[in-house]
Amino acid sequence: MSTAASTLTPPVEHAPRERPPHRRGPSTGRLVSTVIRYLLLAVLFVLLAGPFLWQLSTSLKGATENVFEYPPQLLPTHPSLDAYAKVAEVIPVWRYIGNSLVVATASAAANCIFGSMAGYALARMRFRGRKVAYFAFLATIIIPFEVIMVSVFLTVRNMGLVDNLLGVILPTAVTGLSVLLMRNAFLAFPRSIEEAALVDGAGEWRRFWSIAMPSVHGTVTVVAIFSFMFAWDDFLWPLIVLKNPDNFTLTVGIQYLSGTFSRDQRVIAAGTMIAVIPLIAGFFALQKHFFRGIGEGAVKG
Amino acid sequence: MIGRHKSVPWLFLVPGLAIAVVFFLVPFANTLVLSFTDARALGGGQFTGLHNYARLLDDAAFWLALRNTLLYVVVVVPFMVVLPLLLAVLVEKELPGIGFFRAVFYSPVVASMVVVGLIWSWMLGSDGLVNWVLRSLSVVNEPIGFLTDAQLLLFSAMFVTVWKGLGYYMVIYLAALASVPKELHEAARVDGATAIRRFFAITVPTIRPTMLLIGVLSAIAATKIFAEIYVLSSGSGGPGGQARSLVMYIREVGLGLGGEIGYASAISLALFVVTIGFSLLFIRASRGEEEVS
Repeated sequence: MSTAASTLTPPVEHAPRERPPHRRGPSTGRLVSTVIRYLLLAVLFVLLAGPFLWQLSTSLKGATENVFEYPPQLLPTHPSLDAYAKVAEVIPVWRYIGNSLVVATASAAANCIFGSMAGYALARMRFRGRKVAYFAFLATIIIPFEVIMVSVFLTVRNMGLVDNLLGVILPTAVTGLSVLLMRNAFLAFPRSIEEAALVDGAGEWRRFWSIAMPSVHGTVTVVAIFSFMFAWDDFLWPLIVLKNPDNFTLTVGIQYLSGTFSRDQRVIAAGTMIAVIPLIAGFFALQKHFFRGIGEGAVKG
Repeated sequence: MIGRHKSVPWLFLVPGLAIAVVFFLVPFANTLVLSFTDARALGGGQFTGLHNYARLLDDAAFWLALRNTLLYVVVVVPFMVVLPLLLAVLVEKELPGIGFFRAVFYSPVVASMVVVGLIWSWMLGSDGLVNWVLRSLSVVNEPIGFLTDAQLLLFSAMFVTVWKGLGYYMVIYLAALASVPKELHEAARVDGATAIRRFFAITVPTIRPTMLLIGVLSAIAATKIFAEIYVLSSGSGGPGGQARSLVMYIREVGLGLGGEIGYASAISLALFVVTIGFSLLFIRASRGEEEVS
């Protein structure tokens, strides 16, 4: 990953801003503390990135290399992509990626659309039973899914959705968290703009879709990203629902790969790299926005 | 006025509410009811009163799973509260290239637990890199069975949980640290307070609520532990299932070959009590906190 990492490294930020003159002067103490900081950062880099890099190195080792060599060879001496090709022979990895994409995309879309609709009703409309509906969503946040998974499985089985991606998607298609996040976003958005639209005679749906939704797009993005990531990374529920190895999502499939092919560590390593590289690359590409968003959140909060 | 037609709000609510009712509220009620029956995947379903709960008391495997789960919480939570804070303090300062380090430290969060578990299976195996490092430093002569001894397997899983969670809680701490008043730090520095003293006198008191929040979040997550142990043990839960967590045990009893749904429901409710118990504990702690301040 060293080459990938260097191209993904954000441009070195401009030199530290000039500080107001310090009483103790530009001491060597400051320099020492900076050096210590970088040393600590380097140690943590090894601890947190090292295991990924070791896995990458293992996956690139040629068939003639002994991955169990003692002492271990840190870098491949005969690098090859054979292990990556083998992954696709052992498991239908493209299918698994496709399944995960379907599950994660459907989950993100459903959470955004239906979560917004429910959140809008809770935030903007007055009707009998609103409190009850609100507490129903709150309850789904408090009840851990693990507690009810056996019963949910029975429900999914009765619907005939075992071994079906729809059975994986449905239970988290609209989470209480998405609904309440959207409700709060709508509550924070001034009502007056919508009321102006009301005078124009816009119907409820148009008011929701054309006026309210665009104004909360920040929260919609958060709901989309978190629903997508959650569904993509989820392991326990797809492991329960999906029985036939052809239908697995990527997480279940990679675990399955480690069981079927435990002889060849290179292939397992290649499988995990296929699963993780797109995510890490995407994250590095977007990380500036990610950490900036956090800073903004802190300012607001 | 808003909501001219009575049905309109419900039309907006129907998809979300349907999911909440069908996949959360009804199954929760169902879990309660089933826990008093001998329901099985195929057949059964007679009302058996408190039989399942009586069985829990005598079930050594249940107590071991409960013990493992509680141990998980007790060990993991302090690390999750302290280590990410130190990490956040380290990367808070704007140094050249710090954005790169923040992103690297967050990477384990982006990866799925299965991937992280498999990476550490390879690292911690008897031929793994960790054992090689320990042996070459002459810490040990024989490889340590991180994944073959039930106790060590459990601790390895805890380590993986902490390793993967560091970046997640680091980010929450970064947001909290941004709200610590800079003037206080400046003033204390002028008065000659060391960085360590400022950390304990200014930073920690300001971000106490965040520390408590992370305590709750990581404790609740730890009560539901599954994937780490499952992947590190290749699905077995360690030799003889000795490193099983409650969720693993529920899955094996209720969704395994026996399909003892009634009994699994009783174990599920035990898990519910544990999870809610930790939530209430921390809510009380935060109330006490408010009264003090």
